[in-house]
Amino acid sequence: MNKARRNPVNVIAAHVILITYVVIALFPVFVILINSFKSRKAIFRDPLALPDADTFSLIGYQTVLKQGDFFGYFQNSMIVTVCSLFFILLFGAMAAFALSEYRFRGNTLMALYLALGIMIPIRIGTVAILEMMVATGLVNSLMALILVYTAQGLPLAVFILSEFMRQVSDDLKNAGRIDGLSEFTIFFRLVLPLVRPAMATVAVFNMIPIWNDLWFPLILAPAESVKTLTLGSQVFIGQFVTDWNAVLSALSMAILPALVLYIIFSRQLIRGITSGAVK
Amino acid sequence: MSERRPFRWHIALFLAPAVLVYTAVMIFPLFNTLRLALYTEIDQARVFVGLDNFRTLFGDQRWANSFWNALGNNLWFFVIHMLVQNPIGILLAAILSHPRLRFAAFYRSAIFIPTILSFVIVGFAWKLILSPIWGIAPGMLDAVGLKSLFAPWLGKEEYALTTLALVSVWQFIGIPMMLIYAALLSIPQEILEAGECEGITGWSAFWKLKLPLILPSIGIISILTFVGNFNAFDLIYAAQGALAGPDFSTDILGTFMYRTFFGFQLQLGDPHMGSAIASAMFAIILIGVCLYLFGIQTRMRRYQF
Repeated sequence: MNKARRNPVNVIAAHVILITYVVIALFPVFVILINSFKSRKAIFRDPLALPDADTFSLIGYQTVLKQGDFFGYFQNSMIVTVCSLFFILLFGAMAAFALSEYRFRGNTLMALYLALGIMIPIRIGTVAILEMMVATGLVNSLMALILVYTAQGLPLAVFILSEFMRQVSDDLKNAGRIDGLSEFTIFFRLVLPLVRPAMATVAVFNMIPIWNDLWFPLILAPAESVKTLTLGSQVFIGQFVTDWNAVLSALSMAILPALVLYIIFSRQLIRGITSGAVK
Repeated sequence: MSERRPFRWHIALFLAPAVLVYTAVMIFPLFNTLRLALYTEIDQARVFVGLDNFRTLFGDQRWANSFWNALGNNLWFFVIHMLVQNPIGILLAAILSHPRLRFAAFYRSAIFIPTILSFVIVGFAWKLILSPIWGIAPGMLDAVGLKSLFAPWLGKEEYALTTLALVSVWQFIGIPMMLIYAALLSIPQEILEAGECEGITGWSAFWKLKLPLILPSIGIISILTFVGNFNAFDLIYAAQGALAGPDFSTDILGTFMYRTFFGFQLQLGDPHMGSAIASAMFAIILIGVCLYLFGIQTRMRRYQF
């Protein structure tokens, strides 16, 4: 190794830059979280102090839990995210298998058609999507959101999964065929378990944008009973702008699920990005 | 492929669900929106008017001003991302990819945290922090003796858009950082060692060896940033509302389309004008993607390791 890499000044400089950036990245989250546990006076007197015995207060959380149906919102977000991911993975894997396993006329064309949606955002078609949902009576239902997110996630899912399915050994599949397995059994029993890591990557990539989306819940499902957590907190905070305790607590309650999901899946997410799944 | 082979139903069955959902919910509405841009509503009936909506959008002074304002703001939003987000992302990735850096995993995860938060959280959190009422930002500037620099940035026309762009940069810096980091890790050690034998080390190794090798990744990041920015809406809406205040100074194409489509205050929503704006956005994104695919990507030299 060379001298430059061992130079202690460089090592210290690297840590200083990284620590500075970590502070910039975490500071706002930290400020919101600590202030959500403080009384109104303490929030304004010393915003950067940690809550102590005097200033500790849960008044904000009490307001939030009384006024907003956060558990309902959370449940809606959960249903939408989990169902969308399920359909993205199932339909995406099936299509990816068809495209990577069989040669048939129109194969490349179909792959290109499905890849179109990687670059073109589905939001452009919002006007017509809303019209369609109104016509089919799906507006203000979680189903509308699930359909939209499934369609949005499929292009990238098919693209990534078919890359991985090409690597599954042909011998294995042919052995299955000789043993008389149907194509469906080969797909579900042999291929799917082998591409599980790629499926996890696709799931994690799709999870964050679906959970955090504001546009489609706002347009397709704004009714109280189907509000997602993101829309619910947006509306709640908008109504309670002057109640700082409630706003800070609502923000904290919206941060927590994302943070927990991230801690659970961060290894998978980072491995997914760095393994070159999106190159 | 033999012509006599019977039709293989299983292929169709494997493809059908994905193709159906994708076609029905994404491709069809996309083209239907382009079609709706050619209609208007007169006495509650849909009438075909050809390119009239576009004539209004670009010809009518009121509409044209809003459109060019939104497009200009959107361009500035994109420029800030390209000039701030991507260089800082590359710098952080370059430091992180150092082979024997301690705590690299911690830094990586911590810097990525803002990216997982929703726009609503990010928008409101920064609004509170920058608020002159709460006093966190002025207090901190005071601590370093720069209190005179403080201004209610989000409330001033000349600063609001830049401030929001920087907030968005803060949120998304993790993505370029991770992609560049992955690209840097995939550079084989032999190449760097060969460089060392020639005396190319440290920063000059970064500029002369690594940077040319990660250019394709920088291209991908640029086009992802482009599509993301010209499709942005949530952050502006969460922080400034649908009116994209103060005085439309933070209006971008996404908020402009939302206001036109849904209406606001006294103006009624107009799905047809909304479609026209969506079509313009589609054209802009398409031009950007084509420029990238045919102009940049094909010319970029790719190295096989």
